[in-house]
Amino acid sequence: MNDLRYVYAVCRPFEAALQSDLVGVGGAPLKQLAHGGLVAVLSQVPEADFGYEPLRAHLEDLDWLTGTARAHQAVIAALTTVTCPVPLRLGTVFRDDSGVRTMLQDEGEQLRELLSRIDGCVEWGVKVYAEPTSEPEQAEVPQHGPSASGRDYLRMRRARQQGADRMWARAESFADKLHRDLTARAAATRLHRPQNPELSRVSGRNILNGAYLVGRSASEEFVECVERTKDQEPELRVELTGPWAAYSFSSPDSENGEEVW
Amino acid sequence: MTVIERREIALVDLLDRLLAGGVVVAGDLTLRIADVDLVRIDLKALISSVSAQVPSPFEVLEARR
Repeated sequence: MNDLRYVYAVCRPFEAALQSDLVGVGGAPLKQLAHGGLVAVLSQVPEADFGYEPLRAHLEDLDWLTGTARAHQAVIAALTTVTCPVPLRLGTVFRDDSGVRTMLQDEGEQLRELLSRIDGCVEWGVKVYAEPTSEPEQAEVPQHGPSASGRDYLRMRRARQQGADRMWARAESFADKLHRDLTARAAATRLHRPQNPELSRVSGRNILNGAYLVGRSASEEFVECVERTKDQEPELRVELTGPWAAYSFSSPDSENGEEVW
Repeated sequence: MTVIERREIALVDLLDRLLAGGVVVAGDLTLRIADVDLVRIDLKALISSVSAQVPSPFEVLEARR
């Protein structure tokens, strides 16, 4: 059966060697295909897994998706140590080398523009979670036994609601301010949709899920800026991920901070 | 550059980037997986796996009744 070409990223030609044990999805060796001043980093994958229909089916299999995503990320992360790759969307597959060359030819202008936009930059992910720690209903309401009046009950309800409103208002203004501060330090910004707690399996509600494109030389300051906010608000948690390749900034319309979702 | 603690990357952070990020190249593609609504698929896969491994909150509530 013919093997297809899974393309991970497009880069400018680079001299440095990739780590020798690095492999692509399914353990296949990586290859570089150069055309028109661009290099596609690819590996061969079986059509039985990566043809249109099997790939569609596989994407609904979480174990398969996890393995493929991690293999894809491992290649991108390795490339990031030697150059500044434009990552391709997961599951970008071509029939043969000539299909890849045609893509490099047809998309060359867009790819070169993206490469110059992200040149020298990495992506940082910053998330803010709100984690209410207190239960105002117990703290603020005097207990009068089982016969507490309706008025007490309404007062309790109101106090509880006001406490929650204040917490959310504080959380929102904290996240807004952090996002503005970080945007001022970033070359570009993109907002991802807040993560579903069932999926992330972490506590608290995700109220900011931002991606920031930051020059390598400015990254230390950016990270310090995030670290400084970490203990400012007791009921909020700030999480930093990265440095990533510029995943969130690899589409032509991703420079204006629009939301992805 | 400061390197932050290198924990294993959370799958959900990875999928934010791999399924919603990365350049979508068109042209002479023979396979057009980019047409698929990947994010929808990802949520469907994740939610079904979550409910298979941990009891859903609804089942817990019903069991207490």
